[in-house]
Amino acid sequence: MTDPLSRPSDARQATALPIDLDARGLARWTWRQLTSMRTALVLLLLLALASIPGSVFPQEDVDSLAVSQWRDNHPRLAPIWDRLDLFAVYGSVWFSAIYILLMISLVGCIIPRLFVYARALRARPPRAPRHLSRLPESTSYTTAAAPEVVLERATTVIRRRRFRVEWEDGSDAVAAERGHLREAGNLLFHLAVIVVLVGVAIGSLFGYKGGVIMFNGEEYGFSNNLTQYDDFAGGSLFDPAVMEPFSFSITDFDVEWLTEGPQAGTARKFVAHLDYETEPGAETQEYDLRVNHPLSIGGTDVFLIGHGYAPVITVRDGEGNVAQSGPTVFLPTNPQTFESFGVVKAADAQPTQLGLEGSFYPTFSMGRDSRGNLTMPGSAFGNAIDPLVSLQVYTGDVGLDDGSSASVYVLDKSRATQLLKEDGQPFRMDLRPGETVTLPDGLGSVTFEGLQRWNKIQISRTPGKLIALAGVVTALLGLLGSLFVRPRRLWVRARRQDDGSTLVEVARLDRSSGGDPETGRDELADVVAALQQDRQGEQDPSDQKDQREDMS
Amino acid sequence: MIDAQWETLSNQAVAAAGVVYFLALLAYAVQWAALRDVPVRQLVGTDGEPVAAGPGDAAADVPDEEVAHRTETAGRLGLLLTGIGALAHLVALVARGMAADPNRVPWGNMYEFTLAGTFVVVALFLATTGRWRLSWLGPIVVGFTLCVLLADVLWLYEPVAPLTEALESYWLVIHVVAAVIATGAFTLGAITSILYLLKARSTRQTGYLARLPELASLDRISYRMHAFGFPVWTFGVLISGPIWAHQAWSSYWNWDPKEVWAFITWVVYAAYLHARATAGWRGRNAAILALVGAATLWFNFIGINFFSTTSQHSYAEGAGTERSVVLRLAGPVEAAEEVGVVVGPDHAGT
Repeated sequence: MTDPLSRPSDARQATALPIDLDARGLARWTWRQLTSMRTALVLLLLLALASIPGSVFPQEDVDSLAVSQWRDNHPRLAPIWDRLDLFAVYGSVWFSAIYILLMISLVGCIIPRLFVYARALRARPPRAPRHLSRLPESTSYTTAAAPEVVLERATTVIRRRRFRVEWEDGSDAVAAERGHLREAGNLLFHLAVIVVLVGVAIGSLFGYKGGVIMFNGEEYGFSNNLTQYDDFAGGSLFDPAVMEPFSFSITDFDVEWLTEGPQAGTARKFVAHLDYETEPGAETQEYDLRVNHPLSIGGTDVFLIGHGYAPVITVRDGEGNVAQSGPTVFLPTNPQTFESFGVVKAADAQPTQLGLEGSFYPTFSMGRDSRGNLTMPGSAFGNAIDPLVSLQVYTGDVGLDDGSSASVYVLDKSRATQLLKEDGQPFRMDLRPGETVTLPDGLGSVTFEGLQRWNKIQISRTPGKLIALAGVVTALLGLLGSLFVRPRRLWVRARRQDDGSTLVEVARLDRSSGGDPETGRDELADVVAALQQDRQGEQDPSDQKDQREDMS
Repeated sequence: MIDAQWETLSNQAVAAAGVVYFLALLAYAVQWAALRDVPVRQLVGTDGEPVAAGPGDAAADVPDEEVAHRTETAGRLGLLLTGIGALAHLVALVARGMAADPNRVPWGNMYEFTLAGTFVVVALFLATTGRWRLSWLGPIVVGFTLCVLLADVLWLYEPVAPLTEALESYWLVIHVVAAVIATGAFTLGAITSILYLLKARSTRQTGYLARLPELASLDRISYRMHAFGFPVWTFGVLISGPIWAHQAWSSYWNWDPKEVWAFITWVVYAAYLHARATAGWRGRNAAILALVGAATLWFNFIGINFFSTTSQHSYAEGAGTERSVVLRLAGPVEAAEEVGVVVGPDHAGT
């Protein structure tokens, strides 16, 4: 290398487009532009910029509810946003384009550097520059020892410092080099980034993630196949055959409520006690499923991610038959007090379909405003101390006739009529467990039998996650090497002067971009000290012996 | 000691740290005021590079012996007080952790994170000032820490509370400690980058900027701070974070706003490291990139906590703590509105 200060990156600069170019020349120029450091830099910054919208606008994958709310609030912008993929930024064409270009740039940059590195590994340390004293880190001293003796010692001293040392016969200088691991780390880091991407891609192509809401009890068990999920998203190459045939049920659910301290009123220590079988016919095992403690079955993980109340409500129709019975999921509208909202539909009720809609209060209380007047009812506490459901009634078509998939959490009121009292106010019933209210007009009755709990269980299988993890860990190791290993060269030149003494010049060149003058100074000083120490040792054999002992 | 006493001790220690830092700032002010009108003489360091004499070397270039003595004493006093302040700061952190029941690491909310982050800034400064001759950085570090601590106590203070379920994991220790350390290092790097940009524009021969080390040296110090912070950030955000996210939320990367911004910060600092090796980007542009990185870092900490309602990392208020478990419900459960099976491409990972 002619210029000792050049760095590998200097060769990879973007250049202006030359005027006369044939197709091959143009292709080569384009490739050079794409793989230049400057382009990589711009692409990195673009990637950062392109990530921002995904944190500003709701994302379909993250929170589809927020997306639909956003659509409702911005009816004119939503179609434009859809066209720009702003609700699915991280899967969008333009976001993918940036990171794919970045990867191409990375590969195009790394592959030539692999060859350069392979050559550099075999290459000998470069010869000493003519004027060592002109290098920023250099020093010199004179000695009585012969130049050959000094250089001989220099090879030993420097080799002991784990440099690769080169002293050609007849040369007046020793050349040494170390720190190739920096570039190795650099290459490793960039290759590992590709491994991470592959791992992540495997996960999103072949993996799946689904959720199910489960009640306590054997009869509400879950077995792992597509039909059992409430929501499910599989990768585009997902094959249902990989789903492991496990099954489980929740035997009990515990939660601890804090009744004192600054966090009073919040819940902690959620535990869902599971009975599970890894495959049909296998032995039943138990597991306490908690937040942060998923259950792993084969390559699939089972998580507890939420819980709530499910009042057991029985609806009898006008003819006295049970039209609807069982626990109904009420979704918390207040995460602190677990005031929840839910819907009960009795499609088979006679003479007319019945729909119930209303709130559930785990600890019912009437709210009070600042003057002490009663206001809206509410829940004082998340624990079910005084549970109460407050329901309003709808009759007519409650949306189950046409067979279209209606949400179980929403009552379609477009073709239903609200049941009113004689004074024209909506009919409302407040039920505590065990209570029954008879509906007017012979419509039937509603009973609040008791309280169940539901758990939201998330099940996911992410193949490739260990590949991605190994990739990131490797990348980190490579990064450490590329940041903290210092590639450097050392030269020692010894020349006989006119007066018979020997002038020894020592110089050091730090080739890392974050050169460290203190370390450089120390290393140079250490080398010179070692050289001089050996020289003294030579002059006085007993001294040398002492030194050996000191060192051991 | 009972928990309430630990909590009181923590609060008192924060106050003590604040007072001592303020005294340190006064000492530094005395030192720099004395050097105000003394022109800087360029010295040549052993590495051949010119170095400006910092206040630590005051004796070398200040002709008046009395001034030299005064600046040196004031500088040493400043450093000593900074060290004492850091000790009080540490006591505040430890007591904060002891005050919780059960005892825990003191970084469960924004107040505690800021308390820990500013401690890292001071500790890193104290650890490197001797070797890298950073005494000139003292007044800035102390002033910055003082202001941030003040804001922390005034606006972010929260009484000690137990951790929420989702935070009860040893990954909290690993993930957040990495984030705190990296934040401290990046903050110091941002300070030196600002000083670099200011000095690059300044032509004055006296005063603070003139006494800073040469531009190349400032650039190097700033690089070292970032080179230390970047791997730690990588570990915190891209290794321990996803592992924990996988355990707590069933998916190692959720494109949660906090994650997005942590990723943006990572990308910007990666760009900074590349820029230092790219012709036309070294120096000024790299320093600007470092500041952009710091801006994304602090926006992530402040902005996302206060303005984002969707982030599962919203620990801004006491009430926010429970959110991480329960609000999560609102999403997936409502998503289940379409009862039945939806098999489609999962965009989340790609």
